[in-house]
Amino acid sequence: MLKLSINGKTHEVDADADTPLLWVLRDELGYTGTKYGCGMALCGACTVLLNGQPTRSCSLPVSAVGKGKVTTIEGISGAPARAVQAAWQKLDVVQCGYCQSGQIVAATALLAQKPKPTNADIDAAMSGNVCRCATYHRIRAAIHEASAIMAGKASDKLEA
Amino acid sequence: MDKTVEISRRGLLKAGALGGMLVVGFQWSGKSRAAAMPASLAPNAFVRIASDNSVTIIAKHLEMGQGSYTGLATILAEELDADWRQVMVEAAPADAKRYNNLMWGPTQGTGGSSAMANSWKQLRQAGATARAMLVAAAAQQWQVPAAEIAVAQGKLSHASGKQASFGDLAALAATMEVPKEPKLKDPKDFKLIGKQKLPRKDSKDKITGRAQFTQDVKLPGMLTAVVAHPPRFGAKLKSFDATTAKQVKGVVEVVAIPSGVAVLAHGFWAAKKGRDALKLEWDETAAVPQGTPELVAQYRALLDQPGAVASKTGDVVEAFKGAAKVLKADYYFPYLAHAAMEPLNCVMRQDKDGVEVWNGEQMQTVDQAMIASVFGIKPEQVSINMLYAGGSFGRRANPASDYPMECAHIVKATAGRHPVKLVWTREDDMRGGYYRPLYLHRVEVALDAGGQLLGWRQRVVGQSIMTGTPFEAFGVKDGVDATSVEGASDLPYAVANLQVDLHSPRLGVPVLWWRSVGHTHTGYAVETMIDEAAKAAGRDPVAYRLALLDKHPRHAGVLKLVAEKAGWNQPLKAGKKGEKRGRGVAVVESFGTFVAEVAEVTVRPDGSYKVDRVVCAVDCGIAINPDVIRAQMEGGIGFGLSAAMHSAITLKSGAVEQSNFHDYPVLRIGDMPRIEVHILPSDAAPRGVGEPGVPPIAPAVANAIAAATGKRLYDLPFKLS
Repeated sequence: MLKLSINGKTHEVDADADTPLLWVLRDELGYTGTKYGCGMALCGACTVLLNGQPTRSCSLPVSAVGKGKVTTIEGISGAPARAVQAAWQKLDVVQCGYCQSGQIVAATALLAQKPKPTNADIDAAMSGNVCRCATYHRIRAAIHEASAIMAGKASDKLEA
Repeated sequence: MDKTVEISRRGLLKAGALGGMLVVGFQWSGKSRAAAMPASLAPNAFVRIASDNSVTIIAKHLEMGQGSYTGLATILAEELDADWRQVMVEAAPADAKRYNNLMWGPTQGTGGSSAMANSWKQLRQAGATARAMLVAAAAQQWQVPAAEIAVAQGKLSHASGKQASFGDLAALAATMEVPKEPKLKDPKDFKLIGKQKLPRKDSKDKITGRAQFTQDVKLPGMLTAVVAHPPRFGAKLKSFDATTAKQVKGVVEVVAIPSGVAVLAHGFWAAKKGRDALKLEWDETAAVPQGTPELVAQYRALLDQPGAVASKTGDVVEAFKGAAKVLKADYYFPYLAHAAMEPLNCVMRQDKDGVEVWNGEQMQTVDQAMIASVFGIKPEQVSINMLYAGGSFGRRANPASDYPMECAHIVKATAGRHPVKLVWTREDDMRGGYYRPLYLHRVEVALDAGGQLLGWRQRVVGQSIMTGTPFEAFGVKDGVDATSVEGASDLPYAVANLQVDLHSPRLGVPVLWWRSVGHTHTGYAVETMIDEAAKAAGRDPVAYRLALLDKHPRHAGVLKLVAEKAGWNQPLKAGKKGEKRGRGVAVVESFGTFVAEVAEVTVRPDGSYKVDRVVCAVDCGIAINPDVIRAQMEGGIGFGLSAAMHSAITLKSGAVEQSNFHDYPVLRIGDMPRIEVHILPSDAAPRGVGEPGVPPIAPAVANAIAAATGKRLYDLPFKLS
């Protein structure tokens, strides 16, 4: 049995050591907001935070998580996460939505580190996250909007 | 009303109302939920108004990112005068009697950018019907004439001060007579349609991780299946040894099916490990022998031979005899994978009533028939829960129903013992076939001494998408698949002598429509060649096109608008030292929507390039949701750029050489230009926007690169250095 800390809760899971964290999250624990896209850390759909750092869960063996704190889309919280989600909603970034959990987690990590990113910062931080609907134009705009929200220039409340 | 129960028999999916992951597995109890529903008005198959004041709009089209749920809801809510905040969207069940695509005849499905166009009148009437019944109920309850009752934002009111919500009147309204011809609004009275920013109905679920995709479905007792497919197209299973696979912890069953060998396990990882542990022998005697180089050589030979005539006006042979100048180019377009973010998958369960399916369902009627044929049951015994699709770009609308059939064969081979979730890996998805076909084009243009078009000859070589499918009768005539030549055979530019012909080689590589279908290649060939003609004539590319578009005012309309907004007549700002900058334009009509795009490009000294800015003008008729239209143009531009800059599927001896995003690169954020979208005001009936943003971008960029460097690009993806 492995003990995992997910979104502040401790879970005990019975999984082979080589099982990627992604599949433990999705198939064992029901955290299906984190998506499978490529299985090779190429697309970022499976991005979660591991101790606050954006991490590709599809390529991280569950045995390597150890005592690390995992945060998924279902558990992100704090000012950057609230700002990102509010900005995403305000600008209606999503299209098919499948990559967006990963995009939002990655954007949250960026803003936690750099509350006022430039376009170049955004492109660098988000280059590992593929969106086949190509919502990139709005992702850039929404990260700037989230930055403004964090600076208190707009509300971080989600609409119903 | 019993209709409510009937509509909701299975798979109730309320956008915005589904619980989080903890309720997965319990949310599919459509019957009990419908029975527990409050009294409601459900006058037709598209709307249900409950006494809790919710307005549920039933969407017959798949939401795969294109905004269909939002668009369909907008049309209906407009005529109903609902408050946008009270509107929810629910997926329709598979039932072609009620939910057929009116542009597809008796077939239910989503594609060809047809969702808005075919639903426009239907949903306006559906909304107006419900509104009239609410008004009739209020008139009866308040004892006032119906004509004196006003409806706005989900409330009915009368000058006497009486007021009621939709929910207050739903039960009484359900007893009113259903009007036959409800009065529709004058478009000048629209309050939701055309509103600049109506929030998407699927946003919140998609930014909180709650949206349910097929990949997320978990049924009690369900096993995950991963399939070993043949390594080459046309190869078949000879034998397999599952001994090692069955030793993998979690593997439950291994079964042979027509498309390979399926490993069923508790969860994906065990199934994949089991699949990878299979020992397989394939019979490759019927496998596709060619690789891409051999195919291109074969196709190139066909470029020299006349094909089936798709279009013929005047006499091109005579036109070329009288030409002062002839332009000629051969073009190459590779196979392309759809590579949607959600790799293909399907969930299926067999029970005593038939088969129940969960899928990002794009072609219900075809899939029902195909799945039914596997089990020997009636199509109506296949019920389908249409879930969000994590992209599709055409891939989930497959006349061969490849992956739903595969799932059906697995369920059948295991005698329905377990609900099955079939999951394709990214590699399976990339290598599993159904690509935008590889095409070659030859375009020859005859110009007079003044640079005017005398003749246009275009030959297309590439596999037919429609042949051999149920759509053949509708789409293939006299050996010409309309989807191979659309955009060329109906060339918009005025030319007295036009001939377009086609070779459709038959080949065992599975092909399929890919976002914007024939226009992905015809748009490129036509729009880059017309640009060459303008250059040869010494004319401005916009002015040259406009002079040839007298009979196509909507092409001309978007072209003029895009030129104005892009500042076409002002000089482009110079780049840094050593950089070359250029601006290019293209205009393409597809699916009844007209799109012009101007691209600004910087070419660096090392031959690398960047698309800096794209200005887009679109005329799609009445703009139902302007923000969704902008999003689709932005996304279409990115999708088209991805193919122009990066992507190609190639074959070696009938096996696909690519496997994942490292060797099938796609557009990433750093390549995304700044984009501005302008919507042309229009009174015309609305047409689609999911596809039409794609075709103009590759030629606009190519024309910009040519303007910057003088180099014309005839092969995709672009290679400059």
